[in-house]
This record gives sequence, structure tokens and C-alpha cells, in this order.
Amino acid sequence: MPPDHQAEVSIPSDLAEARRVQELIEGALQASAYSEHDIFSIKLALEEALVNAIKHGNQMDPDKRVVVAYSVTPARFDIRITDEGDGFRPEDVPDPTAIENLERPCGRGLLLMRGFMTEVEYHGKGNVVRMAKVRDAGE
Amino acid sequence: MSTQPARRRRLEVEDIGDIAVVNFVDKKILDEQNIQMIGDDLFRLVDELGRRKVLLNFNNVEFMSSAALGKLITLHRKLQAVQGKLVLCNIAKDILDVFKITKLDRILTIATDEQAGLQAF
Repeated sequence: MPPDHQAEVSIPSDLAEARRVQELIEGALQASAYSEHDIFSIKLALEEALVNAIKHGNQMDPDKRVVVAYSVTPARFDIRITDEGDGFRPEDVPDPTAIENLERPCGRGLLLMRGFMTEVEYHGKGNVVRMAKVRDAGE
Repeated sequence: MSTQPARRRRLEVEDIGDIAVVNFVDKKILDEQNIQMIGDDLFRLVDELGRRKVLLNFNNVEFMSSAALGKLITLHRKLQAVQGKLVLCNIAKDILDVFKITKLDRILTIATDEQAGLQAF
């Protein structure tokens, strides 16, 4: 089945640029009549992943870019986000739901990405994240 | 127009008895700079204005990322340190999932609506 919408965009390490990509994707999901709940889930995971790529991956370096490739089909949304940072090992991130970490003020982005998306995988040295959301059943 | 939001009002605070009921002006609580200023305004309620009971009403909030959670935890801790209390209410279902997934619903008091929130102190 061909995707309703497919694109690859490269943006500088700038949160305002990330916001534009998010709006682009939100528009594509709305055009494909995704539910409000699915759109919220994808927007949230996207926000967390882009902030991670720009802040932690590229360290806000204006010379480094983030490449976002995504596709929207009636059945699922797929996205791959690549930054130019040194990557990381997801297993090294402390579990923010552990009782001793519950009151720590950060470290929840990855957890939310996993909670709201169907699939989240890191590739390469940890500078590439691939996520997918299978559309809500019964819609 | 995008770079002058510095002194814009981000919170509406109403006193109901000794409880400060706080509504967010923004529908989206995003962006580090914005969240920093919301945090500063919230902390000022406790640190400078001496409020001890704070009810955050999320009625207006449609979207919020993990960056805001840290501020809520800090506010919760600040109030705990002075024998005060933080209660959240009127959280939309999707945003409630943010609290559930991060298990913050276990340390923060969350009420369904403002009335229930006022009674949670």
C-alpha cells in the first residue's frame, strides 16, 4: 500500500525548526484522518525525540543537522530521526520510574516515547531513532 | 513576534480561601524557555508569596511534554518542604497518561476536577 504522505527533511539544531516539522507531520496525520489520541501520542513522542536529538545529540550546535524521514499510511506512521551526535546506549539511561529516581527532574523522554509509540528502536551508535505507531484499532 | 514573549503572563492565579488556584494561559506547555518562566512563576508563589496550598488546574492545557514534569516535581518538593501541598486537577486523558507512564501519579495528588481538587487539601 503506498503511503499517503512521505517526506525527508533536514533541519538545523533549532527547536523552532523542530516545531515546523512537527506541524508538517501533524498536518499529514490529520489529512489521513488519524484520531486525536494517535496524533497526541505521535506529537508527544516526536517532541521528546527531537528535543533529545537537538539538545543531547547535537548539543544545540548550529552546524549540526537533524534528518527526519517519515511516512504516513492508513495503517501506521513510521519515522526515523538521525542526529550528528555521539549517540548513547538507551540501557544506560536510569529508569525514571524507579522509586529512587521518581523525583529526579529529568530523564523521562525516552520512557514517554516508548509509552506512546508502538515501536521505538535505537540504531547505529545510538544517534538514530526509529519509531512507529500502529493506528488505533476500530477507527 | 516569536522572540518577545518574556514578560507575557503565563499563569492566572485566583485565591479560593487559603488555596492558590492556578490556571495555565497556554494550551501547550512546551519549549525550555517557556517552561523555565512558568516554573519561575510557580516557584515565586511559594518562595516569595508564601503560598502553602497550590491547586494547578490543567483545564486549558492540551499538550505538555516531559520538560514540564521536572518543574512540577520541584514545586511539589518545595511545598512539601514547608508543610504545604500541591494538587493537580482537570487533566485531559492523554496528558494523564504522561503522568501514569512516568509513574508520577504515585507521588503527585491528582484530582478529577477543581471541586475535588479543593477538597484534596
